[in-house]
Amino acid sequence: MQRETVLNTLVFLLLPAVAAAALVLDEPFTITLATRAAILALAAVGLNLALGLGGLVSLGHAVFFGLGGYAMGILASHAQSYVSLDLGLFTIEGTKSMPVIWLVAVVTSALAALLIGLLALRTAGVYFIMITLAFGQMFYYFAISWPAYGGEDGLSIYVRNDFPGLNTLDPIQFFALVFVLLAAVLWLMGRIEHSAFGLALGAARQNAVRVETVGLSPFRLRLVAFVISGAVTGLAGALFADLNRFVSPTMFSWQMSGEFIVFVVLGGIGRLYGPVVGACLFVLLEHMLSGVSEYWLIYLGAILLFVVLFARGGVVGALVGQGVRHD
Amino acid sequence: MTEPLLSLQGLSKSFGALRATDDVSLTVQPGEIHALIGPNGAGKSTLIQQISGGLSPDAGRIVFDGVDITALGAAARAQAGLARTFQISALAMEYTVLENAVLGAVGASGAVWRFFGPVMRGASVRVVAEAALERVGLANDARKRVSDLSHGQRRLLEVAVALTLRPKLFLMDEPMAGLGAEGSARMTVFLDALRAEAPILLVEHDMDAVFALADRISVLVAGRVIATGTPDQIRTDAQVRAAYLGEEAAP
Repeated sequence: MQRETVLNTLVFLLLPAVAAAALVLDEPFTITLATRAAILALAAVGLNLALGLGGLVSLGHAVFFGLGGYAMGILASHAQSYVSLDLGLFTIEGTKSMPVIWLVAVVTSALAALLIGLLALRTAGVYFIMITLAFGQMFYYFAISWPAYGGEDGLSIYVRNDFPGLNTLDPIQFFALVFVLLAAVLWLMGRIEHSAFGLALGAARQNAVRVETVGLSPFRLRLVAFVISGAVTGLAGALFADLNRFVSPTMFSWQMSGEFIVFVVLGGIGRLYGPVVGACLFVLLEHMLSGVSEYWLIYLGAILLFVVLFARGGVVGALVGQGVRHD
Repeated sequence: MTEPLLSLQGLSKSFGALRATDDVSLTVQPGEIHALIGPNGAGKSTLIQQISGGLSPDAGRIVFDGVDITALGAAARAQAGLARTFQISALAMEYTVLENAVLGAVGASGAVWRFFGPVMRGASVRVVAEAALERVGLANDARKRVSDLSHGQRRLLEVAVALTLRPKLFLMDEPMAGLGAEGSARMTVFLDALRAEAPILLVEHDMDAVFALADRISVLVAGRVIATGTPDQIRTDAQVRAAYLGEEAAP
């Protein structure tokens, strides 16, 4: 536990250290890379609550990532075209305000997670994976075939959205914003893990009968976890879209869901900082190896295979020197 | 006659052609230990499952504390005051002994929807959990992982978690299994005192324990209750001796 705390602190400081170094060396692209890593880490931190603590292998978390992305894209596109958004019963104005966009992204993905969870959590194992995957594909093809917001081509937003008091187009300021959000969510997840809810959720993963025997419903515990998990991934989606100033159906793709699982497994399932390590490693490898070969994912596959076969606790587990999670 | 706390009324359950539970009716009175015995395959586990909510009966009613609970799920029955312990331990194996006990206290207190406070520092649930571990003699093993416990210790932990629920009725499936002679003797003394807190429906293979503890015994053979009575009545019941005790109690 002690070593894991030290490691967590180092990982936590790594991203801002890289960004600060890049600022000094005047390498804005590296800052953008660090921002990308932090956003993907945030998405995977969300997944980790469902996957790591709850044991729910969701192959549909791209739904929430995409919804967050499109929440940003749709609101910002209406703001930049000065056309209000007609929702039938009423119309709303578009917005370029990040806090409002984040709120919409979080609420939308939480609602989607609630609906998907209500259906998918009635099943377990392979069926749960398949249902979440099916929902992912539904959203993906819907986004492709919906011409209003770019369809297959996606949707470009010309100027990054605003945050009060910051110039978000300055890479380091946007990075700082993203990093503060990541830190806040990590803090929150740490609290949840050690809360009464976290204890019960973890027990439901280990033995659902045990949880029922003490009078708790595993279904409700998992549903709440799935909703929180989806909301966090949705927030990451809004940030990801803002980073790229572009949204496309790719954010809904099952490959995206798969990447989130890879981040979690690579870093260490169920470990608070596992997804952060996994996402950073992924972005680093992507950056270094994609220059070597366009088939760089083969190398990633080999690394993942190694982790799954020989280091079940992921990179964090291997460095801390224990294979199994929890203290 | 006092109102029974638990009353099974004509329960039946079939798996294909097998009648695992065949028109079973029995009651558990306040303050009593009612033992359920029967040879292997008699349908004891199937019956316990129906009472705890793991299986739903094909026919019949289960009335607990004046309420028909036949349609309730396992979690709701636990909330209503039914505490079950398992023949094969059903514990959170990655957690420590104390964490398992705290989970019980959390379930009983209804304080599960708390997302921020560290639960292991929650004074009230911790007190309940530690008191329960103390009572079964696991206080010194509180920090051990369940996966590192012996089978007997896991059985004790099952009982401790049941205690944290402060139930109205204990439903115990072979609490003596794996305890050894000395452990069984201690558990017998413990259960003897426990009936004052809440009655126990006890499934047990250890006949010394059953005849020492039970106020009443029901004998289940091939899904049917063939006899219910005091230990003395059961000991002398010809049908029971033929069907069951004869095999084990023969000189």
